[in-house]
Amino acid sequence: MRKEEGRKKGNMNCEKFEARLLAYMDGRATEAERGEVELHLVACAECRARVEEFRRLWGVLDEAPAHEVSPAFDARLRARIAAEPRPTLLGWLLPQPRLALAMSLLLAMGAWISMIPPAQNPNEVARSEEEFRMIKDLQVLEDLDVLANFEALSEVPPAKQTEQRKM
Amino acid sequence: MARSDVQLMLGVKAGDDASFELLLEKYRTPLVHFLFRMVRDAATAEDLAQEVFLRVYRARKKYAPSAKFTTWLFRIATNLALNAIRDSRNEKMGVSIDEGANGGDAEQPRMDVADKRPGMVERMMERDRAAVIKRAIQALPEKQRAAVLLHKYHDLDYDEIASILHCSESALKSLLFRAYETLRVELAPLVATKD
Repeated sequence: MRKEEGRKKGNMNCEKFEARLLAYMDGRATEAERGEVELHLVACAECRARVEEFRRLWGVLDEAPAHEVSPAFDARLRARIAAEPRPTLLGWLLPQPRLALAMSLLLAMGAWISMIPPAQNPNEVARSEEEFRMIKDLQVLEDLDVLANFEALSEVPPAKQTEQRKM
Repeated sequence: MARSDVQLMLGVKAGDDASFELLLEKYRTPLVHFLFRMVRDAATAEDLAQEVFLRVYRARKKYAPSAKFTTWLFRIATNLALNAIRDSRNEKMGVSIDEGANGGDAEQPRMDVADKRPGMVERMMERDRAAVIKRAIQALPEKQRAAVLLHKYHDLDYDEIASILHCSESALKSLLFRAYETLRVELAPLVATKD
């Protein structure tokens, strides 16, 4: 632990200076922060030495070895990209496999529903039978006036007339 | 006028292969350097860098410029590196502890004093120095190592690094400070002689 921590020198103590040290060193401190740090450095020899030590450390770190990229890097990458599966038209239309499955199920269900005959309501059946009879008798109804004034019918005995009409 | 990374990536999204080539040209070396310093092995670093570019290519259709391109790129690289380190550590768990005593550390520099060719001693000293620095960086805990590499060698902003490492900016600054303090102590002999 450093001895000067907690003791204020200039405008700030050494602890606060530590928090500002990195930003001061890498140039990301604001103008105001830089001013504060520099004011502290004027008053604190220990922190001045620390800044110098950090500066030298950063210089040392610049010497860290780096691996040169091999010349085959790009060719290998291109080969891997070429081996990637290409998007198909179906893949473009149906980007999600789950969506494709859902759509197939929907289509199958639609086809199945369309094949089921519609349910028959008893009232509807009776009404359609009545309509059928009316249409069947339409010709007779149209000729009602003719039948009413047909003189020959008056000569027919009533029982027989009724029987004939029933036919 | 040079196109920004985001513009280039939007070009890749639109199917422009030339934009991908430009991104590859720009970030190939920084990525390999970062991964090499993270994982210690050149071949693994190149494989991982290829995987980063492959993931960028695969994700092109879904790309949305919500963050800086470098944040996205180095986040992929950091995650891959941390996974590789974890996998490698698991693999090594069964390896004999005697291996190191038998020259197992291939990175350990060896001084061949019999070689008297001019400049050779200087080159060996230089190589030795570089190896010491490399070992000091690699001895840092993984998260601190990633933070130092992204800060020192790739000049990423604090908010970018914090986002990559999933921590707050203040936590990152504290992490970085601890890491640099460790390096200052570990590299004290080199720091003392650095002019």
